[in-house]
Order: sequence, then C-alpha cells, then structure tokens
Amino acid sequence: MRQQIRSFVLSNFLFTDDASRLADAASLLGQGVMDSTGVLELISFLERTFGITLADEEMVPENLDSVDRISAFVERKLAAGGP
Amino acid sequence: MCGLAGILNLEERPGPSVAELESMARLLVHRGPDASGQLRAPGVGLVHRRLSIIDLAGGAQPMGNEDATLHTVFNGEIFNFRELREALLAAGHRFRTQSDTEVLVHLYEARGDAFVEALNGQFAIALWDANRRRLVLARDRAGILPLYWSVHEGRLLFASSIKAILAVRGRPERLSPAALDETFTFWAPLAPQTLIEGVFEVRPGELLIAEGGQVRTRRWWDWPFVPPGEHRRAPEAELVDELRHLLLDATRLRLRADVPVGAYLSGGLDSAVLTTLVARHTDTPLHTFSLGFEDAGLDERPAQRLMVDHLGGPHDHIVCGPADVVRAFADAVWHTEAPVLRAAPVPMMLLSALVRRSGFKVVLTGEGADELLGGYDLFKEAKIRQFWARAPESKLRPRLLSRLYPYLDPNVNPTRAQAYLEAFFRIGLDAPADPLFSHRPRFATTARCKDFLRDDLRAPPSRALETLLAALPPTFGAWHPFHRAQYLECRTLLPGYLLSSQGDRMLMANGVEGRFPFLDHRLAEFAAALPPHLLMRGLNEKHLLKRAFGAELPRGIVSRKKQPYRAPGGSAFLTGAAREETRDVLSAAALRRAGYFDPERVERLLLKLEGGGPVGEKDNMAFLGILSTQRLHDTLVRDYQDWARAPGP
Repeated sequence: MRQQIRSFVLSNFLFTDDASRLADAASLLGQGVMDSTGVLELISFLERTFGITLADEEMVPENLDSVDRISAFVERKLAAGGP
Repeated sequence: MCGLAGILNLEERPGPSVAELESMARLLVHRGPDASGQLRAPGVGLVHRRLSIIDLAGGAQPMGNEDATLHTVFNGEIFNFRELREALLAAGHRFRTQSDTEVLVHLYEARGDAFVEALNGQFAIALWDANRRRLVLARDRAGILPLYWSVHEGRLLFASSIKAILAVRGRPERLSPAALDETFTFWAPLAPQTLIEGVFEVRPGELLIAEGGQVRTRRWWDWPFVPPGEHRRAPEAELVDELRHLLLDATRLRLRADVPVGAYLSGGLDSAVLTTLVARHTDTPLHTFSLGFEDAGLDERPAQRLMVDHLGGPHDHIVCGPADVVRAFADAVWHTEAPVLRAAPVPMMLLSALVRRSGFKVVLTGEGADELLGGYDLFKEAKIRQFWARAPESKLRPRLLSRLYPYLDPNVNPTRAQAYLEAFFRIGLDAPADPLFSHRPRFATTARCKDFLRDDLRAPPSRALETLLAALPPTFGAWHPFHRAQYLECRTLLPGYLLSSQGDRMLMANGVEGRFPFLDHRLAEFAAALPPHLLMRGLNEKHLLKRAFGAELPRGIVSRKKQPYRAPGGSAFLTGAAREETRDVLSAAALRRAGYFDPERVERLLLKLEGGGPVGEKDNMAFLGILSTQRLHDTLVRDYQDWARAPGP
C-alpha cells in the first residue's frame, strides 16, 4: 500500500518513478509538491484505490501531508472497518 | 515608440560596418516601421528605427546638437519635453525641431548625466558624446522600455532587443541555466540577467557609461519606499486631493501626441479610472479597446460594457478563444525573448493588432496601479498570513484566505478539504520577519517547474533567492511589510513580466506604444510614502484610489471583486490540430537535443494534460514554461542562421 501511494505521488506530482526524489517523511505542502488541484487528485485516488471515504475532518495535513502520514492514515481507516 | 541599437569600440579596432548596423536595425523594424536612420563616426555607430508619434516631420534620428558633438538615438516618450524645452530655450539653447528627442541632447549639455533625473517619461536612450568619446545608455525608472547590452570582442553592443545584439554577437551556445532557474522562481530572469549568458539588460532606473574602454553602471532611481517614521501624516482628504491632481496631470501629459491616443478598457478599476479621467476632464476624444474571452470564467465583457455605456465613446473589442492563443503563441514568444509561464501575453498581442488595425499607434493602459496603490491578492494573502503568523495554531485566522481564493470556501468547493488547502499558505509562516515573507508561497509554487529540468541543471543549488536578497536596498528591512511586498512586485514581476513579456513586447509586436499614467514617477513617489492602511483597508484593495475616483465610476465597477487577468491554459495545446505541432516541439528527441528538460518527466506531464483529468496551476505553468523555453531555444539557438544575417566585413 505504501508503495502504491508513493508511486502515485511520484508519478502524478513529480512526474517520475525515481523514489529518491521524495522522502516518505517529506511534507507535500511544505515542498510545494501539490497545489490545490493536486489535493483533489490525491483524495480521489485514495477513495478509488482503497475503497475508503474521507470525512471532512479527516482532510487535514496531519493525515495527508506526507507518504508516511497518508500510509498510516489509510491503514487506520482500513483497520477500522473500511468506509 | 521605436527601436535603437549601436556598437561602440572599447579598444582599437576597425569601426562598426554599415552591414553590422543594418543587421541590428533589421530586427527592430516591427518597433519602428516608419523610418530609419544611422550614424557612423570613428569607433562608434548608432541606428534607429522610428515609429512617428511626436513631430512627425522633424523627429528623425540619430539627432545631434548645434555643433554635432552630441548625438542620440532614443526609444520612448519624454512627456514633459515642452517644459524642458522652454527652460533650455530660456538658457540659450537653440532648437531645430519640435521633437522630444532634441531636448535630450541639450539637457545633457546642461546637466551631464543628471539629465535623466529631469525626465518624466518612458525611455531607452543612447547618447554619444563625441568630444569626450563617451557613451551613455539610460533606461526609465520602472523599466517600461527595453535596453540590452553586451561586451563582445572589445566592443559594446546595445539594442532594444536581444536578437538585435545576437545578430552581431553570434549564435548563443544555449539559453542560460541561471536565467531559467530565476524564471522558474520569479517568472522572469532578475535584471540585469537575461536568457542569454553575456547579454544583460540596463536595469530599470540605471545608467550605463562607457568611457576610456571601460563600462560601468549606476542606479539613478529606485522605488522610494520609506520606513514608517517617514510615512505621510496628512489628513486622508488632503491625500485624496493630491492623488486626484497627480493622476489627472499624469494622464494629461500622456495624451500629448501628434496622433490619436486610444485606451485599453479591461473591466477593472484602473482602466475605468483612466478612461473616465480622459472622458470627463480632458478634450481628447476617447476610443477604447477591450479583450473578451470565449470562456465565461475569464471573460470581463459585462464589466467592459458597463464602462462603454458610462464613457459613451467609440469602442472596439476582440473575443479570444483557446485556438487563437495556441495559433499565436509562437509569434508571441518570438517577441517576448523570455519564457512565459502563462499564455496571458498572447491575447495582449492580438489586442494590440486590433488597435493598429483601427488606425491607432498609442494606447493608455493601467499597469502600475496594483503595485503602487495596493491592488493585488498577493498583498492580501501576505496580510492574512502575517495575521495568522501571530497565532499559528488558530483555525479561524486562515479562514480569511477563502475571501481571496474561492476554492478555500466550503460553500464553493464541495471537496471540503479546506484545512488541508489552507496549509499551502503556511509556507514561511514561522518567519514573519523574513524579507521575502510575502512571496514565499508564490516562489515555492513556481519553483516546482524546476522538477522538469534535467538532473544536471537541477543539481546545483538555486541561487535565485539569494540573488534577489542581495539586490534589496539597505533600508528594506525597516519598511512596513506591505511596502516590502510592493517593492518585491515592482522589482520582479512588474518589469520582468508585466511591462515586458505582457506589455511592451506585445504592444510593439504590432507597432503600438503603451502609456502608463500610474507609473508617472511623481505618483510613484507619492504612493510609496503612503501609510499602508490607506492602500488596503482591511482586505479592501486600493482604498485611496476608490475614494479619489469612486464617485465618478459606475457602482458596479467600484464594488466588483477584482478579477486577475487570465488567458486559456495548457490543455488547448494538446487537443485537435494543435496537438501534433506541440508534440513535435516537445518530442523526446527535441528535448534531448536542446538539453534543458528531462524527456521522461515532460512526457508524463503531456500525458496528464492529454488525459482530460484535473490539471492544476502548477502543471499549467510548467507546461507553458517548457513549451516557451523550447520555442526560444529553437529560435535563438537552433535556427539562428534563419533570422540573423551574418555580420558584414
């Protein structure tokens, strides 16, 4: 799952497969990797790929601002019983 | 307006040839289609292409003084030339013409290099002092008109365009990586850097002096912001009167011409103020010109119609669609001589073509008001971020950002990811005293374009921000944060993009001269000393300007939410008939040959744009930046021989 997320972020926002371009802990906002449209792309990717639905209060940097955080968040969501 | 060029020997060698000077002039014909002139003297040559606007019969250049010891070629307008001429006549100078050009040589005789400080205008000047064997190049305060220079093989080359210099200097090896780095940070190279290594611009408000084989430059004017202790303290009503008086006088001066003067009407406040001033307070008949867009999200025609009804004069407009922008893009980039991150210059070129077709050579336009009188959303954004920085954990403070960016408003944007989106503006929030605080988010977003550069170009750490920091004036840190943000705009985007790629170059592509009343230096000096609360009241922009002129404008114009000028984006280049050509310019082979961008990453971007999914501002900027850079490489480097006639013997 982490691999899928990393691959999406790399390919869609950095236009590369080269994982050395982005550390898993790097802030996507702090480094300007995503713009406002990118956030929409990310959320729709997570919902589509992992069959989850994000609630308003979950769309915060604490859950979505790095590959690490996104992976941990999706894990929690899936463990909590899916959508 | 016109074009100029020249060559000065800095060491002993044969003088410039007629063929060399002609090869430069040939690349400036679009700027001055009406006439041409050339002066050759030992070791020096000046050429001029003229667009006749003042003293149509007598203004031929190069122009000399009484005893032919001083000569000048000049591009631009000296709006106070009548007053200067009177004073010089009274002091005993003899004039042969009615032109503003002749004032320059006499003024230099009288004042030396300080002549430039007496000028109210927009100009690029080359002045040859034959007795002292001394060449002076001067550029106007704001950077309205272009002037480039280069020292090559013991000679100083100078011209109104980069290509005119390259015609003599030779084919460049490549576009400058440092200039690309700055472009993909600030939207333009920082002056004096240009896209070509070794070719510089005379910076706005700068003099270049070549004498005794040496070249030196000196800044003679800068945006005069002051620390809070020196802000104007006069009652607001008094400042309102002063602004009215200054802007009216600045506009009247800019109506001086021996040809009819038109005006751009955008639908925004600034052009509404200018056109209303002309219609109500002068005898000049007013013909307005506007740009409409097929896309309703970009179109401002309803507001323009409101103003046309209000003004009552003749009006023409064109309506631009994505296909028009795609079709004219390569032509536009030929003229910008710099990469562009938006297609917005292109419609401005189509608009100046309409002006020319309608029989006009001169238009008034509203640039400068946003910078000087506090109009930009960026200033509001910085103000909100300053307010937020005082309580960084506040959930409510960043909510103010939704007043600027509708996608942050939960009522507008149903994805409801507001807390996340707001976090973009956290960039730099922990350092509110940072000199670049206001611009950090914009610079960071723009810098994502560098993701597409080849690894060897991306690897060296960027020096763009430190170059900008080093160029800031010594008192900058003592200014109010609002003034700092204004200064950064005045030094980066205004001359580097708005007045050049989107301004002069798009006007001159069709031989049209723009005139900018808001950039009158007296108005700049007045505005720079105003306390910021008179510029932006809360989040209400241009407070003083609205107070000064609001009563004379339709209410719908004054209360209208400011709409940034935008043009259609990148996807249009990759649909229908345009796709093949775009794919050709950006093919892996072409990218590899040019050597700036990584073909694999560019390919992924193209696929994303072709995919029809959501495409953000960042991707659009990168796409247009890459496309325009490749076009510039093809023109300036690859196809050099096609446009630059080899210099003569």
